[in-house]
Amino acid sequence: MEELTFAAALTDLASMAPEIWQACRETALMLAVGLVAAIALGGPLGIVLYLSQPGQLFANRWVNGLLGWTVNLVRSFPFIILMVSLVPLTRLIVGSTIGPVAAAVPLSFAAIPYFARLVEQTLREIPRGVVEAAEAMGASPMQIIVKVLLNEARSGLISSLTILTISFLSYSAVAGVVGGGGIGDLAIRYGYYRFQTDVMVAMVLLLVLIVQIIQFAGNRLASRLDKR
Amino acid sequence: MIHLQNIRKRFRRPDGGWFDAVCDTSLSIGAGEVFGLIGFSGAGKSTLLRLINLLERPDGGAVIVAGQDLTALDAKALRRARQQLGMVFQQFNLMANRTVAGNIAFPLEIAGWSAADIASRVAECLEIVGLADRAEHYPAQLSGGQKQRVGIARALAPRPKVILADEPTSALDPKTTQSILDCLKDINQRFGVTVVIVTHEMHVVRSICHRAAVLDAGSVVEVVEVNGAEVDARSALARSLLEAA
Repeated sequence: MEELTFAAALTDLASMAPEIWQACRETALMLAVGLVAAIALGGPLGIVLYLSQPGQLFANRWVNGLLGWTVNLVRSFPFIILMVSLVPLTRLIVGSTIGPVAAAVPLSFAAIPYFARLVEQTLREIPRGVVEAAEAMGASPMQIIVKVLLNEARSGLISSLTILTISFLSYSAVAGVVGGGGIGDLAIRYGYYRFQTDVMVAMVLLLVLIVQIIQFAGNRLASRLDKR
Repeated sequence: MIHLQNIRKRFRRPDGGWFDAVCDTSLSIGAGEVFGLIGFSGAGKSTLLRLINLLERPDGGAVIVAGQDLTALDAKALRRARQQLGMVFQQFNLMANRTVAGNIAFPLEIAGWSAADIASRVAECLEIVGLADRAEHYPAQLSGGQKQRVGIARALAPRPKVILADEPTSALDPKTTQSILDCLKDINQRFGVTVVIVTHEMHVVRSICHRAAVLDAGSVVEVVEVNGAEVDARSALARSLLEAA
Protein backbone atom coordinates (compact mmCIF):
# COMPACT_ATOMS: atom_id res chain seq x y z
CA MET A 1 0.00 0.00 0.00
CA GLU A 2 2.78 2.36 1.02
CA GLU A 3 4.89 1.48 -1.99
CA LEU A 4 1.98 1.85 -4.29
CA THR A 5 1.22 5.35 -3.03
CA PHE A 6 4.87 6.31 -3.32
CA ALA A 7 5.05 4.98 -6.87
CA ALA A 8 1.86 6.81 -7.75
CA ALA A 9 3.29 10.00 -6.30
CA LEU A 10 6.40 9.62 -8.42
CA THR A 11 4.38 9.11 -11.58
CA ASP A 12 2.24 12.05 -10.65
CA LEU A 13 5.28 14.26 -10.11
CA ALA A 14 6.97 13.01 -13.26
CA SER A 15 3.94 14.06 -15.26
CA MET A 16 4.26 17.52 -13.71
CA ALA A 17 7.93 17.90 -14.52
CA PRO A 18 7.43 20.69 -17.07
CA GLU A 19 5.36 22.67 -14.58
CA ILE A 20 7.90 22.15 -11.82
CA TRP A 21 10.68 23.26 -14.12
CA GLN A 22 8.65 26.32 -15.07
CA ALA A 23 8.11 27.12 -11.38
CA CYS A 24 11.83 26.85 -10.71
CA ARG A 25 12.57 29.30 -13.51
CA GLU A 26 9.98 31.74 -12.18
CA THR A 27 11.44 31.57 -8.69
CA ALA A 28 14.94 32.06 -10.08
CA LEU A 29 13.77 35.08 -12.05
CA MET A 30 12.06 36.72 -9.05
CA LEU A 31 15.11 36.11 -6.89
CA ALA A 32 17.54 37.34 -9.52
CA VAL A 33 15.70 40.64 -10.04
CA GLY A 34 15.28 41.17 -6.30
CA LEU A 35 18.92 40.41 -5.54
CA VAL A 36 20.25 42.60 -8.34
CA ALA A 37 18.10 45.47 -7.06
CA ALA A 38 19.24 44.80 -3.50
CA ILE A 39 22.92 44.85 -4.47
CA ALA A 40 22.70 47.78 -6.89
CA LEU A 41 20.53 50.05 -4.72
CA GLY A 42 20.52 48.54 -1.24
CA GLY A 43 24.33 48.20 -1.23
CA PRO A 44 25.05 51.92 -1.81
CA LEU A 45 22.22 52.81 0.59
CA GLY A 46 23.84 50.67 3.27
CA ILE A 47 27.21 52.33 2.64
CA VAL A 48 25.64 55.79 3.00
CA LEU A 49 23.85 54.68 6.18
CA TYR A 50 27.20 53.56 7.58
CA LEU A 51 29.25 56.57 6.49
CA SER A 52 26.70 59.08 7.78
CA GLN A 53 26.77 57.64 11.31
CA PRO A 54 28.32 59.79 14.03
CA GLY A 55 32.10 59.44 14.06
CA GLN A 56 32.29 58.16 10.48
CA LEU A 57 33.70 59.75 7.34
CA PHE A 58 30.56 61.70 6.40
CA ALA A 59 28.89 61.94 9.79
CA ASN A 60 25.56 63.68 9.26
CA ARG A 61 22.79 63.31 11.79
CA TRP A 62 20.05 64.47 9.41
CA VAL A 63 20.96 62.28 6.46
CA ASN A 64 21.47 59.29 8.74
CA GLY A 65 18.22 59.93 10.61
CA LEU A 66 16.14 60.40 7.47
CA LEU A 67 17.55 57.35 5.68
CA GLY A 68 17.29 55.21 8.79
CA TRP A 69 13.70 56.24 9.29
CA THR A 70 12.79 55.50 5.66
CA VAL A 71 14.46 52.10 5.78
CA ASN A 72 12.58 51.25 8.98
CA LEU A 73 9.33 52.44 7.42
CA VAL A 74 9.57 50.11 4.42
CA ARG A 75 10.74 47.28 6.62
CA SER A 76 7.74 47.69 8.93
CA PHE A 77 5.30 46.55 6.26
CA PRO A 78 4.28 42.91 6.36
CA PHE A 79 5.41 41.73 2.92
CA ILE A 80 1.96 40.81 1.67
CA ILE A 81 0.64 44.27 2.53
CA LEU A 82 3.63 45.95 0.93
CA MET A 83 2.93 43.94 -2.19
CA VAL A 84 -0.70 45.02 -2.34
CA SER A 85 0.20 48.65 -1.62
CA LEU A 86 2.68 48.62 -4.46
CA VAL A 87 0.19 47.36 -7.05
CA PRO A 88 -0.13 50.78 -8.73
CA LEU A 89 3.66 51.18 -8.87
CA THR A 90 4.04 47.66 -10.24
CA ARG A 91 1.48 48.36 -12.95
CA LEU A 92 3.34 51.55 -13.82
CA ILE A 93 6.73 49.84 -14.10
CA VAL A 94 5.87 46.45 -15.57
CA GLY A 95 2.47 47.18 -17.14
CA SER A 96 0.91 44.21 -15.33
CA THR A 97 0.52 42.95 -11.81
CA ILE A 98 0.64 39.27 -12.64
CA GLY A 99 3.63 37.05 -13.30
CA PRO A 100 7.14 36.73 -11.90
CA VAL A 101 8.36 40.04 -13.36
CA ALA A 102 5.52 41.92 -11.68
CA ALA A 103 6.16 40.09 -8.42
CA ALA A 104 9.81 41.11 -8.67
CA VAL A 105 8.85 44.77 -8.11
CA PRO A 106 7.62 44.47 -4.50
CA LEU A 107 10.31 41.87 -3.86
CA SER A 108 12.97 44.38 -4.91
CA PHE A 109 11.28 47.08 -2.90
CA ALA A 110 11.51 44.96 0.23
CA ALA A 111 15.00 43.64 -0.55
CA ILE A 112 16.64 47.08 -0.88
CA PRO A 113 16.20 48.30 2.72
CA TYR A 114 16.75 44.80 4.05
CA PHE A 115 20.11 44.50 2.35
CA ALA A 116 21.01 48.11 3.23
CA ARG A 117 20.73 47.27 6.92
CA LEU A 118 22.76 44.09 6.49
CA VAL A 119 25.50 46.03 4.67
CA GLU A 120 25.50 48.77 7.32
CA GLN A 121 25.84 46.20 10.08
CA THR A 122 28.62 44.33 8.28
CA LEU A 123 30.64 47.50 7.68
CA ARG A 124 30.41 48.39 11.35
CA GLU A 125 32.60 45.44 12.16
CA ILE A 126 35.61 46.96 10.40
CA PRO A 127 37.94 48.51 12.99
CA ARG A 128 37.81 52.30 12.81
CA GLY A 129 41.62 52.38 12.93
CA VAL A 130 41.92 50.67 9.55
CA VAL A 131 39.79 53.36 7.91
CA GLU A 132 41.78 56.00 9.78
CA ALA A 133 45.05 54.54 8.50
CA ALA A 134 43.76 54.89 4.94
CA GLU A 135 42.72 58.49 5.65
CA ALA A 136 46.18 59.20 7.04
CA MET A 137 47.72 57.81 3.85
CA GLY A 138 45.72 60.27 1.78
CA ALA A 139 43.07 57.92 0.38
CA SER A 140 40.01 59.56 -1.17
CA PRO A 141 36.53 58.68 0.11
CA MET A 142 35.90 56.53 -2.98
CA GLN A 143 39.19 54.68 -2.47
CA ILE A 144 38.30 54.12 1.17
CA ILE A 145 34.89 52.70 0.24
CA VAL A 146 36.11 50.38 -2.51
CA LYS A 147 39.60 49.39 -1.40
CA VAL A 148 39.13 49.40 2.35
CA LEU A 149 35.50 49.05 3.44
CA LEU A 150 34.19 46.67 0.79
CA ASN A 151 37.39 44.64 0.65
CA GLU A 152 37.67 44.27 4.41
CA ALA A 153 33.97 43.42 4.74
CA ARG A 154 33.78 41.10 1.72
CA SER A 155 33.29 37.90 3.65
CA GLY A 156 30.57 39.45 5.83
CA LEU A 157 28.90 40.88 2.74
CA ILE A 158 28.71 37.43 1.16
CA SER A 159 27.16 36.07 4.37
CA SER A 160 24.64 38.92 4.30
CA LEU A 161 23.80 38.16 0.71
CA THR A 162 23.25 34.51 1.65
CA ILE A 163 20.81 35.51 4.39
CA LEU A 164 19.02 37.84 1.99
CA THR A 165 18.74 35.16 -0.72
CA ILE A 166 17.23 32.61 1.62
CA SER A 167 14.78 35.10 3.13
CA PHE A 168 13.69 36.15 -0.32
CA LEU A 169 13.27 32.60 -1.52
CA SER A 170 10.56 32.42 1.10
CA TYR A 171 9.17 35.91 0.27
CA SER A 172 8.91 34.84 -3.36
CA ALA A 173 6.50 32.10 -2.31
CA VAL A 174 4.21 34.80 -0.88
CA ALA A 175 4.54 36.75 -4.11
CA GLY A 176 3.42 33.60 -5.86
CA VAL A 177 0.03 33.77 -4.18
CA VAL A 178 -0.90 36.91 -6.04
CA GLY A 179 0.10 35.49 -9.37
CA GLY A 180 3.85 35.63 -9.25
CA GLY A 181 4.30 31.95 -9.95
CA GLY A 182 7.26 30.02 -8.67
CA ILE A 183 7.86 26.98 -6.49
CA GLY A 184 5.88 28.25 -3.50
CA ASP A 185 2.94 29.03 -5.73
CA LEU A 186 2.99 25.55 -7.21
CA ALA A 187 2.98 24.05 -3.71
CA ILE A 188 -0.02 26.16 -2.72
CA ARG A 189 -2.02 25.62 -5.89
CA TYR A 190 -1.58 21.85 -6.14
CA GLY A 191 -0.64 20.86 -2.65
CA TYR A 192 -2.98 23.11 -0.68
CA TYR A 193 -5.95 23.95 -2.88
CA ARG A 194 -6.13 20.58 -4.64
CA PHE A 195 -5.08 18.46 -1.64
CA GLN A 196 -2.22 16.89 -3.61
CA THR A 197 -0.04 16.30 -0.60
CA ASP A 198 2.64 14.63 -2.73
CA VAL A 199 3.16 17.87 -4.68
CA MET A 200 3.26 19.88 -1.47
CA VAL A 201 5.85 17.57 0.08
CA ALA A 202 7.93 17.49 -3.08
CA MET A 203 7.96 21.28 -3.37
CA VAL A 204 8.90 21.74 0.27
CA LEU A 205 11.69 19.19 -0.14
CA LEU A 206 12.86 21.06 -3.22
CA LEU A 207 12.95 24.32 -1.24
CA VAL A 208 14.81 22.63 1.60
CA LEU A 209 17.39 21.41 -0.91
CA ILE A 210 17.76 24.86 -2.50
CA VAL A 211 18.18 26.55 0.90
CA GLN A 212 20.83 24.02 1.92
CA ILE A 213 22.73 24.57 -1.32
CA ILE A 214 22.59 28.38 -1.04
CA GLN A 215 23.76 28.32 2.58
CA PHE A 216 26.52 25.84 1.82
CA ALA A 217 27.79 27.85 -1.15
CA GLY A 218 27.56 31.09 0.83
CA ASN A 219 29.51 29.69 3.76
CA ARG A 220 32.18 28.25 1.50
CA LEU A 221 32.68 31.49 -0.41
CA ALA A 222 32.62 33.62 2.76
CA SER A 223 35.23 31.53 4.50
CA ARG A 224 37.42 31.45 1.41
CA LEU A 225 37.35 35.26 1.26
CA ASP A 226 37.99 35.70 4.97
CA LYS A 227 41.67 36.19 5.78
CA ARG A 228 41.17 37.67 9.25
CA MET B 1 60.33 70.28 8.82
CA ILE B 2 57.32 70.52 11.15
CA HIS B 3 56.17 73.73 12.79
CA LEU B 4 53.15 73.77 15.03
CA GLN B 5 52.15 77.35 15.77
CA ASN B 6 49.83 78.13 18.66
CA ILE B 7 47.62 75.14 18.00
CA ARG B 8 44.62 74.43 20.15
CA LYS B 9 42.27 71.47 20.22
CA ARG B 10 39.43 70.69 22.54
CA PHE B 11 36.90 67.88 22.64
CA ARG B 12 33.34 67.77 23.84
CA ARG B 13 33.09 65.66 26.97
CA PRO B 14 30.14 63.30 27.40
CA ASP B 15 28.87 65.54 30.24
CA GLY B 16 28.66 68.46 27.79
CA GLY B 17 31.74 70.30 29.04
CA TRP B 18 34.96 70.82 27.11
CA PHE B 19 38.23 69.00 27.48
CA ASP B 20 41.34 70.90 26.38
CA ALA B 21 43.49 68.23 24.75
CA VAL B 22 46.07 70.66 23.41
CA CYS B 23 46.23 74.26 24.59
CA ASP B 24 48.08 76.92 22.65
CA THR B 25 51.13 74.81 21.84
CA SER B 26 54.04 75.66 19.54
CA LEU B 27 56.70 73.19 18.55
CA SER B 28 59.38 72.96 15.87
CA ILE B 29 60.80 69.66 14.70
CA GLY B 30 63.83 69.69 12.43
CA ALA B 31 64.37 67.64 9.25
CA GLY B 32 66.00 64.30 9.94
CA GLU B 33 65.24 64.43 13.64
CA VAL B 34 63.77 61.65 15.78
CA PHE B 35 61.47 63.60 18.04
CA GLY B 36 59.60 62.14 20.99
CA LEU B 37 56.29 63.23 22.47
CA ILE B 38 56.18 61.90 25.98
CA GLY B 39 53.77 62.25 28.88
CA PHE B 40 51.33 60.35 31.04
CA SER B 41 47.97 59.13 29.74
CA GLY B 42 45.70 61.99 28.77
CA ALA B 43 48.56 64.49 28.44
CA GLY B 44 47.55 65.16 24.83
CA LYS B 45 50.50 63.51 23.11
CA SER B 46 48.49 61.41 20.66
CA THR B 47 46.23 64.34 19.86
CA LEU B 48 49.29 66.47 19.18
CA LEU B 49 50.62 63.83 16.80
CA ARG B 50 47.28 63.50 15.02
CA LEU B 51 47.18 67.25 14.57
CA ILE B 52 50.36 67.05 12.47
CA ASN B 53 48.61 65.18 9.65
CA LEU B 54 45.27 66.76 10.45
CA LEU B 55 43.55 63.52 11.49
CA GLU B 56 42.41 65.99 14.13
CA ARG B 57 41.77 69.47 12.83
CA PRO B 58 43.01 72.16 15.24
CA ASP B 59 40.53 74.71 16.59
CA GLY B 60 43.18 77.36 16.07
CA GLY B 61 46.79 77.80 14.96
CA ALA B 62 48.81 76.60 11.98
CA VAL B 63 50.34 73.23 11.13
CA ILE B 64 53.25 73.77 8.75
CA VAL B 65 54.88 70.69 7.27
CA ALA B 66 57.68 71.07 4.70
CA GLY B 67 56.82 74.74 4.27
CA GLN B 68 53.13 74.10 3.61
CA ASP B 69 50.33 75.16 5.96
CA LEU B 70 48.15 72.04 6.02
CA THR B 71 45.22 73.81 7.64
CA ALA B 72 44.94 76.04 4.55
CA LEU B 73 44.68 73.17 2.06
CA ASP B 74 41.49 71.91 0.43
CA ALA B 75 40.57 68.22 0.73
CA LYS B 76 42.40 67.13 -2.41
CA ALA B 77 45.61 69.01 -1.65
CA LEU B 78 45.52 67.69 1.91
CA ARG B 79 45.29 64.11 0.61
CA ARG B 80 48.34 64.77 -1.55
CA ALA B 81 50.22 66.27 1.39
CA ARG B 82 49.31 63.29 3.57
CA GLN B 83 50.99 60.97 1.10
CA GLN B 84 54.23 62.60 2.26
CA LEU B 85 53.43 61.80 5.89
CA GLY B 86 53.61 58.14 6.83
CA MET B 87 51.85 56.96 9.97
CA VAL B 88 52.45 53.97 12.24
CA PHE B 89 49.83 52.92 14.80
CA GLN B 90 49.82 51.18 18.15
CA GLN B 91 47.24 48.67 16.93
CA PHE B 92 48.99 48.36 13.53
CA ASN B 93 45.72 48.96 11.63
CA LEU B 94 46.63 46.63 8.79
CA MET B 95 44.02 45.46 6.32
CA ALA B 96 43.23 41.87 7.25
CA ASN B 97 42.13 40.85 3.76
CA ARG B 98 45.29 42.06 2.06
CA THR B 99 48.59 40.23 2.10
CA VAL B 100 51.70 41.82 3.59
CA ALA B 101 52.73 42.94 0.09
CA GLY B 102 49.19 44.19 -0.56
CA ASN B 103 49.21 46.28 2.60
CA ILE B 104 52.51 47.90 1.68
CA ALA B 105 51.28 48.48 -1.87
CA PHE B 106 48.14 50.27 -0.66
CA PRO B 107 49.58 53.80 -0.20
CA LEU B 108 51.31 53.48 -3.58
CA GLU B 109 48.07 52.42 -5.29
CA ILE B 110 46.25 55.43 -3.95
CA ALA B 111 49.13 57.68 -4.98
CA GLY B 112 48.72 56.36 -8.53
CA TRP B 113 52.01 54.48 -8.97
CA SER B 114 52.33 52.01 -11.87
CA ALA B 115 52.12 48.29 -11.10
CA ALA B 116 55.79 47.75 -11.95
CA ASP B 117 56.96 50.59 -9.70
CA ILE B 118 54.74 49.32 -6.90
CA ALA B 119 56.13 45.79 -7.17
CA SER B 120 59.76 46.91 -6.97
CA ARG B 121 59.14 49.42 -4.17
CA VAL B 122 57.19 46.85 -2.13
CA ALA B 123 60.07 44.38 -2.49
CA GLU B 124 62.52 47.09 -1.40
CA CYS B 125 60.47 47.99 1.68
CA LEU B 126 60.02 44.34 2.65
CA GLU B 127 63.79 44.00 2.50
CA ILE B 128 64.30 47.09 4.67
CA VAL B 129 62.06 45.78 7.46
CA GLY B 130 63.35 42.22 7.10
CA LEU B 131 60.12 40.54 5.96
CA ALA B 132 61.03 39.57 2.42
CA ASP B 133 59.93 35.97 3.09
CA ARG B 134 56.50 37.02 4.36
CA ALA B 135 55.23 38.93 1.32
CA GLU B 136 52.28 36.61 0.60
CA HIS B 137 51.26 36.06 4.22
CA TYR B 138 48.16 37.68 5.68
CA PRO B 139 48.41 39.84 8.82
CA ALA B 140 46.59 37.18 10.87
CA GLN B 141 49.53 34.86 10.24
CA LEU B 142 52.09 37.29 11.70
CA SER B 143 53.34 38.04 15.22
CA GLY B 144 52.82 41.49 16.74
CA GLY B 145 56.34 42.58 15.95
CA GLN B 146 56.03 41.41 12.34
CA LYS B 147 52.72 43.27 11.99
CA GLN B 148 54.37 46.44 13.18
CA ARG B 149 57.19 45.94 10.67
CA VAL B 150 54.55 45.76 7.95
CA GLY B 151 53.07 48.96 9.40
CA ILE B 152 56.47 50.64 9.17
CA ALA B 153 57.09 49.37 5.63
CA ARG B 154 53.67 50.66 4.62
CA ALA B 155 54.44 54.08 6.09
CA LEU B 156 57.83 54.14 4.38
CA ALA B 157 56.69 52.95 0.94
CA PRO B 158 55.72 56.30 -0.65
CA ARG B 159 59.12 57.77 0.36
CA PRO B 160 57.66 60.16 2.93
CA LYS B 161 59.58 63.03 4.48
CA VAL B 162 58.03 62.32 7.86
CA ILE B 163 56.83 59.23 9.72
CA LEU B 164 54.40 59.77 12.60
CA ALA B 165 54.45 56.89 15.06
CA ASP B 166 51.65 56.69 17.64
CA GLU B 167 52.83 54.45 20.51
CA PRO B 168 54.29 51.99 17.98
CA THR B 169 55.68 49.64 20.62
CA SER B 170 53.04 49.83 23.36
CA ALA B 171 51.34 46.62 22.21
CA LEU B 172 54.63 44.69 22.05
CA ASP B 173 56.85 42.82 24.49
CA PRO B 174 60.19 44.40 25.55
CA LYS B 175 62.36 42.40 23.18
CA THR B 176 60.18 43.10 20.17
CA THR B 177 59.98 46.74 21.25
CA GLN B 178 63.72 47.08 20.90
CA SER B 179 63.75 45.54 17.44
CA ILE B 180 61.00 47.88 16.26
CA LEU B 181 62.85 50.88 17.69
CA ASP B 182 66.01 49.77 15.93
CA CYS B 183 64.04 49.48 12.72
CA LEU B 184 62.76 53.06 13.05
CA LYS B 185 66.22 54.31 13.94
CA ASP B 186 67.70 52.54 10.94
CA ILE B 187 65.14 54.14 8.62
CA ASN B 188 65.85 57.56 10.11
CA GLN B 189 69.60 57.17 9.61
CA ARG B 190 69.55 55.59 6.16
CA PHE B 191 66.88 57.68 4.53
CA GLY B 192 66.89 60.86 6.60
CA VAL B 193 63.18 60.49 7.34
CA THR B 194 61.99 62.71 10.19
CA VAL B 195 60.33 60.56 12.86
CA VAL B 196 57.88 61.85 15.43
CA ILE B 197 57.13 59.21 18.04
CA VAL B 198 54.52 59.25 20.78
CA THR B 199 55.32 57.21 23.85
CA HIS B 200 54.78 57.01 27.58
CA GLU B 201 58.06 55.17 28.12
CA MET B 202 61.25 57.12 28.77
CA HIS B 203 63.08 54.04 27.55
CA VAL B 204 61.85 54.71 24.02
CA VAL B 205 63.04 58.31 24.21
CA ARG B 206 66.44 57.23 25.47
CA SER B 207 66.98 54.62 22.84
CA ILE B 208 66.06 56.53 19.65
CA CYS B 209 65.11 60.19 20.17
CA HIS B 210 67.31 63.20 19.58
CA ARG B 211 64.92 65.46 21.42
CA ALA B 212 61.57 65.03 23.11
CA ALA B 213 58.74 67.26 24.25
CA VAL B 214 57.41 66.48 27.72
CA LEU B 215 53.65 67.06 27.75
CA ASP B 216 51.25 67.61 30.58
CA ALA B 217 47.58 68.63 30.46
CA GLY B 218 47.81 69.65 26.83
CA SER B 219 50.90 71.81 27.11
CA VAL B 220 54.61 71.32 26.46
CA VAL B 221 56.31 71.46 29.84
CA GLU B 222 59.82 71.21 28.44
CA VAL B 223 61.74 70.06 25.41
CA VAL B 224 64.55 67.78 26.51
CA GLU B 225 67.76 66.98 24.65
CA VAL B 226 68.87 63.36 24.56
CA ASN B 227 72.62 62.78 24.37
CA GLY B 228 73.44 59.14 24.05
CA ALA B 229 71.20 57.64 26.71
CA GLU B 230 71.47 60.77 28.86
CA VAL B 231 68.35 62.88 29.12
CA ASP B 232 68.95 66.42 30.29
CA ALA B 233 65.67 67.07 32.09
CA ARG B 234 64.88 70.06 34.31
CA SER B 235 61.16 69.83 35.00
CA ALA B 236 59.85 67.71 37.84
CA LEU B 237 57.51 65.94 35.41
CA ALA B 238 60.33 64.91 33.07
CA ARG B 239 62.29 63.68 36.08
CA SER B 240 59.37 61.60 37.31
CA LEU B 241 59.00 60.06 33.85
CA LEU B 242 62.72 59.31 33.93
CA GLU B 243 62.43 57.58 37.25
CA ALA B 244 59.41 55.60 36.16
CA ALA B 245 61.46 54.15 33.32
